[in-house]
Amino acid sequence: MLIVEDLRVEFGGVVALAGISFRVQAGTITSLIGPNGAGKTTAFNAITGYLRPSHGRVAWEGQPLDGRRPCDIARHGVVRTFQRTSVFPALSVFDNVRTGLHLRGSTGLWSVLAGTARARAEEAWLAAAADDVLAFVGLTHRRDERAGALPYGEQRLVELAVALAARPRLLLLDEPAAGMTGAEKERLVALIRKIRGGDVTVFVVEHDMRLVMGLSETVIVLNNGRVIAEGVPAEIRAHPEVIRAYLGSADALA
Amino acid sequence: MDQLLQHLVNGLVLGGTYALLGIGLTLIFGLMSVVNFAHGEFYTLGAYAAFATLALAGLPFFVALLAAIAAGAALGALTERALLRPLRGHSIDTIMLVMIGVWIVMQNAELLAWGGVARSIPHPFPTAPLSLGPLNIAPLRLFVVVTAAVLIVLAWLAIQKTRLGTAMRATFQDRETAALMGVPIARIHTITFAFGSALAAAAGALLGPVFLAYPSMGDLASLKAFSVVILGGLGNFAGATLGGLLLGVAEELGAGYISSGYRDAVGFVAIILVLLFRPAGLFARAERIG
Amino acid sequence: MIARAGLALGAVAAVTAPWWVANPYHLHVLIMAGVFTILALSLNLLLGYTGQLSLGHAAFFGIGAYTSALLSLPPLQWSFWLALPAAALASGLAGWGIGRLALKLRGAYFVLVTISFAGVISLVSINWMELTNGPLGLPGVPPPSLGPWTLRTKSAYWYLVLATAALAYFVCHRLVGSRIGRAFVALRENEPLAESVGIDGTRYLVLAAVISAAMAGVGGSLYAHYTRFVSPEVFLFSYTVTMVIMVIAGGQGTLAGPVVGALLFTALPEALREAMAWQWQMLAYGVILIVCVFFLPRGIVPAIVATTRRTDRAAGGPPEMRSGSVGLFKKRRGSDSRS
Repeated sequence: MLIVEDLRVEFGGVVALAGISFRVQAGTITSLIGPNGAGKTTAFNAITGYLRPSHGRVAWEGQPLDGRRPCDIARHGVVRTFQRTSVFPALSVFDNVRTGLHLRGSTGLWSVLAGTARARAEEAWLAAAADDVLAFVGLTHRRDERAGALPYGEQRLVELAVALAARPRLLLLDEPAAGMTGAEKERLVALIRKIRGGDVTVFVVEHDMRLVMGLSETVIVLNNGRVIAEGVPAEIRAHPEVIRAYLGSADALA
Repeated sequence: MDQLLQHLVNGLVLGGTYALLGIGLTLIFGLMSVVNFAHGEFYTLGAYAAFATLALAGLPFFVALLAAIAAGAALGALTERALLRPLRGHSIDTIMLVMIGVWIVMQNAELLAWGGVARSIPHPFPTAPLSLGPLNIAPLRLFVVVTAAVLIVLAWLAIQKTRLGTAMRATFQDRETAALMGVPIARIHTITFAFGSALAAAAGALLGPVFLAYPSMGDLASLKAFSVVILGGLGNFAGATLGGLLLGVAEELGAGYISSGYRDAVGFVAIILVLLFRPAGLFARAERIG
Repeated sequence: MIARAGLALGAVAAVTAPWWVANPYHLHVLIMAGVFTILALSLNLLLGYTGQLSLGHAAFFGIGAYTSALLSLPPLQWSFWLALPAAALASGLAGWGIGRLALKLRGAYFVLVTISFAGVISLVSINWMELTNGPLGLPGVPPPSLGPWTLRTKSAYWYLVLATAALAYFVCHRLVGSRIGRAFVALRENEPLAESVGIDGTRYLVLAAVISAAMAGVGGSLYAHYTRFVSPEVFLFSYTVTMVIMVIAGGQGTLAGPVVGALLFTALPEALREAMAWQWQMLAYGVILIVCVFFLPRGIVPAIVATTRRTDRAAGGPPEMRSGSVGLFKKRRGSDSRS
């Protein structure tokens, strides 16, 4: 379970998160929604160590995450994707995923230099594992292509593959469907369900309401840096404050 | 006490010219984000321009100063137009490398043109120091600090009070809006770079006669300019002015009380310490130009 | 195929050099090329792979040279074979310091700190007369000796340098093809993403800096015991500039790039020595750097690889033939997907 307690983030005088609290149950698909500027990505950044909260507590499976660096948080099994496409553009898709497998290897400097059998075995194992991840997301046909040259939708898949390679137990997806076509979104939903099926907790920030309502078990709504609602999709859809928050914004409730 | 005052005065003389160097670079590095490792070479250019005007053409000091400023502006504009404009949008590393190339080319060109022997730049001022109470100051140095002050004020007025200056500040604050308002962005970049280089050249023309002119004088000048910019905060005019004065005084005090061999280390150490502990600069709360 | 054959030929030529290089001066040039290969490879780790431009690299070179010299001169009179690793250690330590600084600073600020660091070290070497003898330098650095044999001749020293350069290349090759090398590149390509999958930026940047500095220190030691004289001139910025050009013109982020760059920019000045004065050469370096940035941003080696690939494709050559043979020259930016 992910526990967020009274999380506060301030930039100078601006309060981006005014002390939010919520829980994400393990093994679920939970969504974080809210109008633009509500603080969703800020929350993600604070949970995954890219921002230092001014106050509050974050814990995953009992381990405190607040104040930790992103690489340490990843080691606890918490991995996030980014709002804007984030891959290693000059590397091949295969190498992108192999980089994501970093935590799964353990060869140190001296073993690398000595070229021990163990080091070589690990490299072979990592290559195989990378191919497995590629097969899982359906990118095997793009294996050797430069990630930066792929069409947008596939780049986002690469992003997902890289995150999955790190074997997360909690996966935070920041607007994974942004800019995708209808067909791509359907593939994404199927993929997310497959991921959850592998016993991974998925926490998604999204703007596409149909996708959110169709996919999530729980929905948390943020507005102006505060949690204004939390519940199952049906409750949220009818929630008066949520409707008020979205009135006039481009996101129409399905 | 007298010694201390004397050091302070000497420090201000140096500091005034460091301020000019620093203001020039804070415009270029702070506003344009160009890591201009060739900045010191414009300083050298100014010194040699002064040398040429004074020693070879025998013209008055004022003309020498103007010649230096003109040379700095012209070459600066050319550099920006030919090398930086095509690279706009490229990574800061690429631009850094190009400017390192310019640094190498300019310095060796100076070496080839003037030879490696240091030149003494003749000046019209009497050498006997003036006595102002407990202080002694050579007329040349007095001229230097006064001229530096005047130039700093003129630069400030140019940036704050003229239309050109406003256009500059607008461009670097919000390029898109400035462009929509009809500001010729490309030309502003060229002018800014020329302006900054002209200030460096002026500094060279002023300090050249105080010390000597030699082709590698720009190396230290570049680094001290960066030191001043870092001390004062990027793009911060007042910060660069104060930073320059501070560096000059610190160098003089260090040379006087600790060791003259390590004088130039003051700038280096300042860079390291400030970047480690107060990367936004010592005067971080002061107004930016842009 | 051609590349493999070329390499084999090069290796044979290198090993037999003392026999067919008639002019001892040319052998001297080769030795210097070897030393600079080590330096260029070391800078490439930092610049090409982790993407941090260090303009203070001459400092690591100089620290290695001075350490090795001071330890092997009286009163300590250590053997070269102890002084060399000590030099690597001293430079490595300096690299550790710079690496830790890199945590907080990036880009231009990191560059400035590296220049400042080199500047301070340079001033120390000039002013701390008791330790370094100041501008007069340290003459009489002993050549390496092993039992009754002393490496006094150029031929003997060539083999030492060749072996060390090969070792340096080997270390880089192993690193780059490993998980550690991938971490370096990831930090260069997209640091936030790298961190999100557990790559510790601190740890790997420091590691890169330490290895890079230690390697440069080894180069410094070799230099000191070859020229048998060390002075503050080892900290000259022109050394750093030369190294940077070797890496960038040769091809940053490749393994062959620095080697090609080192050979080219050691041989070139010598070839041009009769034709033009040193200042013209340095001027040409500046122009070359600018031209490279505009036209050959990745360097010579990747440009050659790209051209051969195009001609291969045009000639209808099968893909398998391409990938195997040019392994050395492939830019480590992911085109080599099979380890």
